Amino acid sequence: MMMLSNNLNTYLILGVFLLVAGIYGLIQHKSFIGMLVSTELVLNGAGVNFMAFNRFLAPDPAVGQVITLFIMGIAAAEAAIVVSFILAVFRRYQSIDPNEVKELHG
Amino acid sequence: MTFYQTIAEGLFFAFILLVILGSILTIRTKILMHTVLGLAVAFLGTAGIYFYLGSMFLTLMQILIYVGAICIVLVFGIMVGYTPTEVADKTIKDWRNKFLAIFSATTAFLLLIACVLKTDWVPALAENRDFSITHLGEEFLYTYCLAFELISIVLLVAIIGSIILARGGREDEYKTIEHLRSAKGNYPNDDAQ
Repeated sequence: MMMLSNNLNTYLILGVFLLVAGIYGLIQHKSFIGMLVSTELVLNGAGVNFMAFNRFLAPDPAVGQVITLFIMGIAAAEAAIVVSFILAVFRRYQSIDPNEVKELHG
Repeated sequence: MTFYQTIAEGLFFAFILLVILGSILTIRTKILMHTVLGLAVAFLGTAGIYFYLGSMFLTLMQILIYVGAICIVLVFGIMVGYTPTEVADKTIKDWRNKFLAIFSATTAFLLLIACVLKTDWVPALAENRDFSITHLGEEFLYTYCLAFELISIVLLVAIIGSIILARGGREDEYKTIEHLRSAKGNYPNDDAQ
């Protein structure tokens, strides 16, 4: 019997699932925090993909780990920045609903 | 398949189940705190997936950075502007958003799955199976030295920038709230900073 944990496609499909879940959440969430959380899901899917290619295809297994660590660093910086954005927006509009923050709405 | 391999496969499925259930909880619930909890569960499952992909170091980093740091930052963000009943009552009545979300998610899923299944993945020739932290550290400090330094600068700028953004306008915070209370529904157009 073929082992699923030793098959590249299992990991790639998991990465696709994380990406799609992130896209779904990004569109249908009704608050900035929910959208930020969905973005984290997308970045996590990218990390899973890089690690899968690193394990099965890459000539040097350090490369994928390096890229995944960079993704983690970028995600941490992005979360800090966006939370402070949310703080500033909440201070000005008293709301974290994207539908209510529409001063520049055309 | 031996007994231990069966156990390993079962654990692998448990981790995949954690990822899937966690992300479904993340995108489906209307209570923001549950969203972040689902995200933590999905990250823990991903840490297990990284373990099966051969990197103990990234498993630990995933738990430390994502579950330990990012989820805490998100909880801080929730503490700022969130009242449980308000968000829970605000049901998703905009059917257009939901339709768009389902449509784009299904399209992307089907297209990408077709790509994954149709492609014939070819492994690289020169195989070097050194997953150790020693090798990773050498790569960081020799081959990827510039990127390593740049990411530290990016983190420093992000931290300083978020502190500046979060501190700005603290002095006239009460003035802004009073202004909002006196003119209800009328957002201040002047510069609040």
